[in-house]
Amino acid sequence: MTRSRGTAQTAIDVRDVRRRDLDAVIAIDAAATGLPKPAYWRSVFRRYGAPDERARHFLVAETGGDVVGFVVGEVRDWEFGSPPCGWVFGIDVRADMREAGVGSRLLDAIARRFARAGVTKLRTMLARDNTLVLSFFRSQGMMAAPFIPLEMDLGESPPPR
Amino acid sequence: MKLQKNTMLALYSVVEFAANPDRHLSTAEIAARHGVSAHHLAKVLSELARAGIVASVRGVGGGYRFAGNPRRLTLMDVIARFEDIDGAKHGGGEPATATAQALAAIESEIDEMAKATFRSITLETMLRLIERQALRAPANSRSR
Repeated sequence: MTRSRGTAQTAIDVRDVRRRDLDAVIAIDAAATGLPKPAYWRSVFRRYGAPDERARHFLVAETGGDVVGFVVGEVRDWEFGSPPCGWVFGIDVRADMREAGVGSRLLDAIARRFARAGVTKLRTMLARDNTLVLSFFRSQGMMAAPFIPLEMDLGESPPPR
Repeated sequence: MKLQKNTMLALYSVVEFAANPDRHLSTAEIAARHGVSAHHLAKVLSELARAGIVASVRGVGGGYRFAGNPRRLTLMDVIARFEDIDGAKHGGGEPATATAQALAAIESEIDEMAKATFRSITLETMLRLIERQALRAPANSRSR
């Protein structure tokens, strides 16, 4: 566990998630996305909540006894030949605690976990219109990766030749 | 998305103002630094002032100073003052052929990525990026 102070002079602890943190995580996510997903977060907790120094990490930021942010990620190995990297697939901070360094602390903490696991790259992917989170990652020094996300509508694939 | 000369000039100027928020810089000073006419730059700075990104400083040694919030102001906020971001379509009108439509779709895909990138970079992030680049670059290429 590490400790620092945000700009509001509030002590912030970053630690592994506990089951009792789930309600706060669900509420933070629901406030950001407009969609409560309790079943999803319980499933994430089952997969990522157990201490796993090698690959999976689910961390929360706590201040004054309240969970005010979370980050989830894992080491992903050799997708399409890409060397193992630390992959962040969820990060959020309670709206009233933004711009206090909470997100930076969370990202830094999970990056350290990934580095300890031996990977040298941190990656993520998000919608290009998610300017808030995109700007956050940019502010942390992240740049465009040498990958292009692709998708297709499954109902519109061309007929086989 | 190809940026016009005025847009690039605006970006260079805004970065310079944001890097020196306590100083006011004269049009002539910035124009000389970028090798453009003060008359030409004046129009760009005037537009930035209308947008509230810079504020004019009157009196002897007057000029402009940074007036934006570097944590909120993005590169796209600056670009949007000088480019027709949503209206400009390649060639204008609907492409006539399937080939033209497919090429237009690819160009649009590239444009959307470019816009998202510009929207995601605040002036504060840009200044940090410049610092990192300066640390990597040889000393003789650190001036711009």
